[in-house]
Amino acid sequence: MSEGWPLWEVFIRARRGLSHTHAGSLHAPDAELALRNARDLYTRRQEGVSIWVVPATAITASSPDEKDAFFDPAADKVYRHPTFYQVPDGAAHL
Amino acid sequence: MLGGCNICGVYGTPDGSDLLDQVAAAEQALRDASARTVGPGDERAEYFDAVIEADQKIEPRDWMPEKYRSGLIRQIAQHAHSEIIGMQPEANWISRAPSLKRKAILLAKVQDEAGHGLYLYAAAETLGVDRSTLVDLLLEGRQKYSSIFNYPTLSWADMGAIGWLVDGAAIVNQVPLCRCSYGPYARAMIRICKEESFHQRQGFEILHTLARGTEAQKAMAQDAVDRWWYPSLAMFGPPDAHSTHSAQSTAWKIKRFSNDDLRQQFVDMCAQQSGVLGLTLPDPALRWNPERGSYDYTRPDYDELARVIRGDGPCNRQRMANRRQAHEDGAWVREAAAAHAAKKRGRELSHV
Repeated sequence: MSEGWPLWEVFIRARRGLSHTHAGSLHAPDAELALRNARDLYTRRQEGVSIWVVPATAITASSPDEKDAFFDPAADKVYRHPTFYQVPDGAAHL
Repeated sequence: MLGGCNICGVYGTPDGSDLLDQVAAAEQALRDASARTVGPGDERAEYFDAVIEADQKIEPRDWMPEKYRSGLIRQIAQHAHSEIIGMQPEANWISRAPSLKRKAILLAKVQDEAGHGLYLYAAAETLGVDRSTLVDLLLEGRQKYSSIFNYPTLSWADMGAIGWLVDGAAIVNQVPLCRCSYGPYARAMIRICKEESFHQRQGFEILHTLARGTEAQKAMAQDAVDRWWYPSLAMFGPPDAHSTHSAQSTAWKIKRFSNDDLRQQFVDMCAQQSGVLGLTLPDPALRWNPERGSYDYTRPDYDELARVIRGDGPCNRQRMANRRQAHEDGAWVREAAAAHAAKKRGRELSHV
């Protein structure tokens, strides 16, 4: 069994120019084998050109229970969006 | 990573494309749902209901009812166990595949099954259970795997029948799971279904080739279909009236269609495809019913299904013995890898 083998989260860049996206997770004894296992498990059909593996314990996540309080400060700042501003007719390239 | 299917077009069959379309639609629906706003819900339980109602996905750290969590762990784990045990019937023929091409394909397919097991174990783990617990539950026989893998693979044609019928039934069962309300499970299923499509097509191709070969080859193909037909029908589980987990599963949008609806869909699909193969399904009562717009068919033997699930199928003991043996045989590799990792860590620390 994989007792003692830590959990790794796997992120894959599908094609050059795209960002790495979470693909799933796996168990491996160390980073090198995690990378090899990730290649075998998540890119059997050339799904990626680059892989990141991250120890699951190294990820700190925001809590879904706090999400209102956590993300609320951004909710009342509509002026951060360009559509907030009225642009007079005839102003080009704005 | 989910985009693109490299093998499409390599194995052309008259069917299968519509199933892949359904997977693509489920994937699109997953994206669409993420853009939808969820109704108000101050209480956690209300919020959970609102997410389900909006057809959005529940994610690992969201609050969920304990029965939603435990039911999903059971379902996903049993699904994972099935993929792992499911490697055995086909592994039986890797060394005796009729050509190098067939051998390479079969190896890739069995490797896929291992991969599917691992995707699913990983999805189950997001619900707070650890891998070693799940492995123990299988090895100790406290969790089940699909009854179909307790039937023996007696001839090469069985590789065809498994791909066409067993993987075909699995796909019909699994495509709706791509829309399951639990995000990690739905995403794993989308990935799996795309890969399963190659499995089904390669099986169809094996049977198609045999059915156009010598008399003996055609007879072998027919024999395999005869033996796998009813066990494949039984894969959809007990009839709706006796299905224990269905109602709640449906309300929580884990399950989308009833066992009998999925079974009917499978029968209709196969009835058409068997004509293309030039093989017959072993059911004298199989006939088109214009009123229902479906085929009438003979139900599988549910007593046999119950017996096989209980442990009295043709290969239950052998499958479990092999799995335990493989697990024991791999122990030194797991220990060596862990020891090597610990040694390397120690060396890195001492150099700092």
